[in-house]
Amino acid sequence: MLGARARGAPLTRLLLALRVDPPLLLGILAIAAVGMVVLYSAGGESTDLLIQQGVRLGIGLFVMLVAAQIPPRNLRLWSPWLFAAGLGLLVWVLVAGEMGGGARRWIDLGIVTVQPSEGMKIAVPMMVAWYLGDRALPPSFGRVLVTGALIMVPVALVAWQPDLGTSLLIASAGAFGLFLAGLRWRLMLGFLLTGAALIPVGWHMMYDYQRRRVLTFLDPESDPLGAGYHIIQSKIAVGSGGLYGKGWLNGTQSRLDFLPERSTDFIFAVFGEEFGFFGGVLLLFLYLCVIGRALYISAEAQDSFGRLLAGSLALTFFVYVVVNIGMVIGLLPVVGVPLPLVSYGGTSMVTLLCAFGIIMSIRSHKRLLAP
Amino acid sequence: MAGSDRLRDYEHEAGLYRRRAVAAGVGALVLVLVLAGRLFHLQYLSHEHYATLSDDNRVRIEAIAPTRGLIHDRDGRILAENLPSFTLELVPERVEDLDATLERLRSFVDFDSADVERLRRAWQRARPFEGVPLRFRLSREEVARLSVNRHRFPGVDIVAGLTRHYPWGRTGVHALGYVGRLDEADLQRLDPRSYRATSHVGKNGIEYAYEEVLHGDPGVRRVEVNVEGRVLRVLDEQAPVPGEDIQLTLDLGLQRFAERLLGPEDGAVVALDPRDGAVLALASQPGFDPNLFVNGIGRDTYAALRDSPSRPLFNRAIRGQYPPGSTIKPIIALNGLERKSRDRDEEIHCRGYYTLEGRSRRYRDWKAHGEVDLSDAISQSCDVMFYDLAMDLGMTEMAGFLRKFGLGQPTGIDLPGERDGLIPDPEWKRRNRGEPWYSGETVIHGIGQGYMQVTPLQLATATAQIANRGRPVRPHLLAEAGPAEVRTDTKEEAPQNGDAVVARAREPVVEPVDLKVETDWDFVIDAMVDVTEGERGTARAIGWKSPHTIAGKTGTAQVFSIAQGEEYDAEAIAKQLRDHALFVAFAPAKAPRIAVAVLVENGGSGSATAAPVAQQLIDRWLEEHPPPADGEDDGG
Repeated sequence: MLGARARGAPLTRLLLALRVDPPLLLGILAIAAVGMVVLYSAGGESTDLLIQQGVRLGIGLFVMLVAAQIPPRNLRLWSPWLFAAGLGLLVWVLVAGEMGGGARRWIDLGIVTVQPSEGMKIAVPMMVAWYLGDRALPPSFGRVLVTGALIMVPVALVAWQPDLGTSLLIASAGAFGLFLAGLRWRLMLGFLLTGAALIPVGWHMMYDYQRRRVLTFLDPESDPLGAGYHIIQSKIAVGSGGLYGKGWLNGTQSRLDFLPERSTDFIFAVFGEEFGFFGGVLLLFLYLCVIGRALYISAEAQDSFGRLLAGSLALTFFVYVVVNIGMVIGLLPVVGVPLPLVSYGGTSMVTLLCAFGIIMSIRSHKRLLAP
Repeated sequence: MAGSDRLRDYEHEAGLYRRRAVAAGVGALVLVLVLAGRLFHLQYLSHEHYATLSDDNRVRIEAIAPTRGLIHDRDGRILAENLPSFTLELVPERVEDLDATLERLRSFVDFDSADVERLRRAWQRARPFEGVPLRFRLSREEVARLSVNRHRFPGVDIVAGLTRHYPWGRTGVHALGYVGRLDEADLQRLDPRSYRATSHVGKNGIEYAYEEVLHGDPGVRRVEVNVEGRVLRVLDEQAPVPGEDIQLTLDLGLQRFAERLLGPEDGAVVALDPRDGAVLALASQPGFDPNLFVNGIGRDTYAALRDSPSRPLFNRAIRGQYPPGSTIKPIIALNGLERKSRDRDEEIHCRGYYTLEGRSRRYRDWKAHGEVDLSDAISQSCDVMFYDLAMDLGMTEMAGFLRKFGLGQPTGIDLPGERDGLIPDPEWKRRNRGEPWYSGETVIHGIGQGYMQVTPLQLATATAQIANRGRPVRPHLLAEAGPAEVRTDTKEEAPQNGDAVVARAREPVVEPVDLKVETDWDFVIDAMVDVTEGERGTARAIGWKSPHTIAGKTGTAQVFSIAQGEEYDAEAIAKQLRDHALFVAFAPAKAPRIAVAVLVENGGSGSATAAPVAQQLIDRWLEEHPPPADGEDDGG
């Protein structure tokens, strides 16, 4: 890398001066470009949609750039405060939030409406990295329990809104922090077994309608009018794409209105129908490159905080990918998680790019902090 | 922190992290391979299967509408049923030229521009293969004509279905409500999944309140269709769960009788069983035929109903707000006794008007009663006694006591849209009018005038509470069974156990009234009996006619204030400015089984027009449901 810096083209030098990591940026832009291409088809060839998405991408990249300028040392100092503020906002949301679709998720601040659960996707891994990175690793049993509590409080608050998809992402962000900090395998196994043992107890305590909801969640095809409808149609779309796909703008299933939410959560079905197996594998490969690069950056980081934060952010990003694609191709239950950098929508785009900005900051500030 | 830092082995930690990161990376790779494997399975191994489904055929998922539950009266007579009917539907993706098709259809079926307009609106948001209705309730002749020429109209279907029908027409329409076509507002409110196949939804009354129970759950049919959208075969089917039938406390006979008794007058009648709050009759006149609304009412018909001065669409029984007039005197009397402002036998001299000390304004009585005690003041409806009592009690005290009987607040009946009414007090006036309370206002509120407003239903409930000697009831129309959810005002969060909901729906909204002197109830009820039985009772005419002991109270609600010094001359005043007539009653006085509130708009005095309605209703009910011989009734 040092060599690249010395001999690099002017553009690379500019990027490095801006504390942007060129390989990571390249991967992100490649995925976003694929996203734009699919969105054009999924959105019925509407340029309006493309422009809006482009604006969001621009805002996201700007946020990324800003985040990349913040030294990790500052991030570390802010972590507990950000976390506390996030918790405060979550409580506020539950007490006085705006209702939307049967859930309280937003706070109306007059000018903008804020969705605090979104920020927790970053604040929670920061807090975990701050807390665990402070002392020797792997963490003691007591520290693991405290970390568990730090994770569960925001997760419970978000689940209460209710927003199960987001609480799942927050929980996994925290859990990845613990895993990367070196949580002993034996403990991990213990937690998993305890969790499994508690399932029947929880099941017993649930109301009938809640059980029904869980069953639908696990087996969407039992609800062919709701979640199952999406699954059936998206499987047909993807499956009919074949190895090479039907070609761009030629996806009959998705373009004949059979596929709901084809610009947002189910956009991968459009992609799969039009670009086939090879297109899908290529996109997965792009995601893998981005995650690999981010994990590499995390391993190279200066201190535990940087390592844990970059690592858990990278893995959370990966959870988005697996949950979304898994849901579209019928491997996982339907949860409202977008396909990162591809699905139409602004909130997750900005959060994700902010996370990448933080990862870039951890990379670019390294040498400055070194003795 | 510094202390523990010294113990840290940074090399070891970095190594540990690296191993974990590699493990995570390998995990990610494995998951990506799983996804890729699944893609391979879908797109290579099962490609042909899905390609077939996609290219030549499509799997279509159709929802099957559940049958709506029936509504019965207390004796099982049908109030709302489903009749078979035929609908003409057009399927967007199979109709090539909509305008041409419509033009050709004109010679086979009747439809007007409103039908076309509705079709075009629905056309926009319809799924391409779902039929959009053009005309409902085709006649047999039309069905026959169309069937013969079917081949000429690709994309035009005759769909057999069930249509809601109200066999008794306008009878009980304000309690029953009606169903109508689902509209945009309904779609916002309802679970779109459950209503995928449903075309009608409860718009008002019981049909609205018990929508959840009546609706049922849709079924699902998976069919294979070809490129044109024609169904090739049914893959599987899951039958819909029909809505539950419900039984009301309403008595069809009594309901019809009540409506007939009101005759051409505008007004409302509410009859309750005071023991449990079961609504026996709930009439609001004039009414309208709910069948008109089921498949979309014509613009002109609707405009006529909406703009009619007698407001047939308006449910006077639960939404009409009227000054209660003298019907609140028994309660004010109880308040006076409870507060020891009055003794039972304390007499006053009524000169036919009342003045406040040091003021010249005369508050008139309808006549000079001479010497009257509290009991006479109820039975002869002496205003002066209550002007004076109101001044003693004060408005705040009086308002608080009236509210204990549920006046001025919703009764919690299981119907949507109930109104509050108003029991004012000085605090209310300051907040809402920004003005102080004048003592002159207290005077007129003592006889239920001024700002005071109640609904006929509230009057019936308050009367039932007097009949029960303070025990309140919550009026309800649902007889038995466990409804999943009742919608009257706020939405319930989670579905609950049916019995719990019924129990809560039966919970009165006010607390029982406990008097310090229990016999005050007897005193006031006896005075109310004197209204019909006493020599000078204001409703003695009905006492003579009825074989039962009726406890009642007349009332007159002023619509039009007469200027000071002018005489009230009913004949000279236009009909719509004439007073509303009120009468509340329960019987038998000893062990009440029916409580009634009657309101006749512009009916003049309560005794002349409202009381006979109540008496005939009570007599009919008690004749059909004779109470056990004296002393055997447990009263509850």
